[in-house]
Amino acid sequence: MGGLFTETFVASLLFGAVTVGIPLLLAGLGEQISEKSGVLNIGIEGMMLIGAYGGFVAAYYTGSFWLGFLAGGISGMVVASLMVLFCVILSMNQIVIGIALTIGAEGLTALLHHFQFSRSYPRLSEAPSLDIPGLNDIPVIGPAFFERHPLVYLSILLVVFVAWLFRRTHIGLNLQAAGDNPAALDAAGVDVKLTRAGAVLTTGMLAGIGGAFMANVGAGIFVPFMIHGAGFIGIVLAMLARGNPYWVLLGAALFGASLALTTALQVAGLNIPTDVVQMLPFAMVIVVLVLFARHSYLPPSLALPYHRGER
Amino acid sequence: MNPAAGQAPQVSLHGITKRYPGVLANDDISLAFHGGEVHALLGENGAGKSTLIGILAGMQQPDDGHIEIAGKRVRITSPRESLRLRIGTVFQHVLLVNSLTVIENLMLGGAWWQKHDRKSALGRFHEISELLGVEIDPDVPIGRLSLGQQQQVEIIRALWHGGNVLVLDEPTSMLTPQGVEELGAVMRRLSGQGVAIIFVTHKLREAYAFGDRISVLRQGQLAGDIPPERLQALGEEEATNEIIRLMFRAAGEVAGADAETMVREGHGRRARADFDRSGKDAITLNHVVTRAEPGECALADISFSVKPGEVFGIAGVDGNGQKHLAEVLAGQRPALSGAIEVNGTVAAHSGVPARRRLGVRYITDERLGEGTVAGHSVATNLVLKEIGAPPFWRDGVTLWRRIFSHARQVIETHDIRTPSEHTLLGRLSGGNIQKVLLAREISADSSVVIFNKPTYGLDLQNTRLARERIIKAAEQGIATIVISTELDELIELCDRIGVMFGGEMAGIVDNQANAEAQIGRLMTGAKAA
Repeated sequence: MGGLFTETFVASLLFGAVTVGIPLLLAGLGEQISEKSGVLNIGIEGMMLIGAYGGFVAAYYTGSFWLGFLAGGISGMVVASLMVLFCVILSMNQIVIGIALTIGAEGLTALLHHFQFSRSYPRLSEAPSLDIPGLNDIPVIGPAFFERHPLVYLSILLVVFVAWLFRRTHIGLNLQAAGDNPAALDAAGVDVKLTRAGAVLTTGMLAGIGGAFMANVGAGIFVPFMIHGAGFIGIVLAMLARGNPYWVLLGAALFGASLALTTALQVAGLNIPTDVVQMLPFAMVIVVLVLFARHSYLPPSLALPYHRGER
Repeated sequence: MNPAAGQAPQVSLHGITKRYPGVLANDDISLAFHGGEVHALLGENGAGKSTLIGILAGMQQPDDGHIEIAGKRVRITSPRESLRLRIGTVFQHVLLVNSLTVIENLMLGGAWWQKHDRKSALGRFHEISELLGVEIDPDVPIGRLSLGQQQQVEIIRALWHGGNVLVLDEPTSMLTPQGVEELGAVMRRLSGQGVAIIFVTHKLREAYAFGDRISVLRQGQLAGDIPPERLQALGEEEATNEIIRLMFRAAGEVAGADAETMVREGHGRRARADFDRSGKDAITLNHVVTRAEPGECALADISFSVKPGEVFGIAGVDGNGQKHLAEVLAGQRPALSGAIEVNGTVAAHSGVPARRRLGVRYITDERLGEGTVAGHSVATNLVLKEIGAPPFWRDGVTLWRRIFSHARQVIETHDIRTPSEHTLLGRLSGGNIQKVLLAREISADSSVVIFNKPTYGLDLQNTRLARERIIKAAEQGIATIVISTELDELIELCDRIGVMFGGEMAGIVDNQANAEAQIGRLMTGAKAA
């Protein structure tokens, strides 16, 4: 075998794919819930960024990763509540508000970070991992999948849970109806705005946790603008997944791997210009979009505010 | 006949008033609905029927007046409250979620913290569908059902929580003749069970055929009420006269007489048109085929021709290729193979502008979708298909004054009821939107006009006006194609009628005495003898 597929390379690729993929997975699942209910949540990038900042600050001062994730989730929900207020309750344009929230979050976190830490970038200790006995001894795969922070396992379980939620519960039916034909849901006696508000808040929570994971586990530091499009990739994943959480998982793995390629190729010491390497994930995004965008499905009432029986 | 007649009404309305900006939609309406009775609520478009239904369903609140249910005063503040009071409503436009299955749609509305219970839902589903006498597969997505079946699902849902009152808002407007008959049977079975049925319609014949009691709304007011005893005492003839009197009284004697003729002629047949049968064809379709698309019925080998001054009808149950045919004719959809000739010119691959230059005009059934832009003014909509062309545009500059004066003139000549030419089209009633479309599409230089469901959703008066317009177009020598699912309409208007089935022309029938039976057979897919 040539230089490429060495054990170090593959190990680094898989490890990186999980690290990068988990925030994408959380964002994608969150966005999927939101979109199912008919809210195009473009503010998810901002929710992740605020979540990353809140999560980092909490983890930094308390020293607890769990409190960090909790703070990240709450921070994300705070941003999401703005989205609920403007887009769901006041029926304003979801795209405008979403972009405003993202840009606002970028400015706010940069400012807060500056006040808090000035120009220093303090680092967290390495995230504790929960080793799965037996499995973590497998070479290459073990360290990548079975010696990770518990949130990694929880996120995978979340996929199964969300799939069950969609298929087997009233919440699933309500979400689907809110995005497909909200008037039908209203006529069935379910509050459309409440359903959408719940969906958006959940999205905020998941996005915030995903952001906190990026900062605390992935990077170990907070840097302004660090989300760097992960939220937008989450939107793409949700659109390509046609309402199926397992497709979000697959997509997150795919995008995670291609994003991790950058680091992995550098670790493998391959003699390719860094610029080319850093371009790869985005080329991947474009290829995937071209190949699968035709199959994307959007709920008919996506991005349309709901008003009851007006004439 | 009416087991509960004479008892306290299930629902009674007392002085219900509802105002919208500029409109008094309901003006002091008091009505009582009894169990075991089909109560037909009849009125023209804009008479206030939909508002009244909206109030019963909890979608709107009355400004004045109150509602009593079984003698107790209630406030119906939300759709949920309406369901809790056991009022089930089937709206005019299907309110189901296309991407969910039948049973999932029926399970909608359960407490969100609970898992849904498919098994007991299925039990309830079978119970009610047996009561109604309908058969539907509960695991099919709603989007794959016919409109008639979707409506049956709506009725099942309205009764899901043990409804005492069933409100049906214009339930027949989307149905085939068989569908209407089935609906009638369902209503009779339910009223036999003691359910109070409120049957809202603007079709006089249906109100008479299905209603035990008939109330007439006019301009937001209750114009009159014919109780069951009277309805039975009167013969069909007298009852019809009475209803017409109630519906059109305000419009004066002339309008009343008009309305009467128009209803009488409902079953009539147009005098044989006087067109040159040996003349050259205005439009010819030769083996036209369109590309199949998911969920749509494509054309598989359609051939026919229409002569100037002829009215050619296209019959068939909805969804048998009519949509593709209309679009191919209008130039909106390319033909995969086959040829279309207009006045001798081959026009198989041309788009809408080229088709218009050949004199082809299309009056769509989607009046507010592809026909007009609801957010634009009446004036703009009248020149929608001439954007950029003289005389209303010069060198790319819009000449608003010309557009507005053109609009004022058209509004005058076509009797379009609108506050002004600047009014947004979406604010007009269905009948007036249709007038805008007709005024735009039928002009001196049109040679072929396609009408797609020209009277769908229109009230009696506007239906008559639209039909008159079609006949006038034919008399001007225009080759006229009428696509409709209402057989009566085609029989009344057409010279020949082609029947579509599964994207093919099952047969073409001369509109003679026994045409109805032949067409009916062809509609079900039987080949022409």
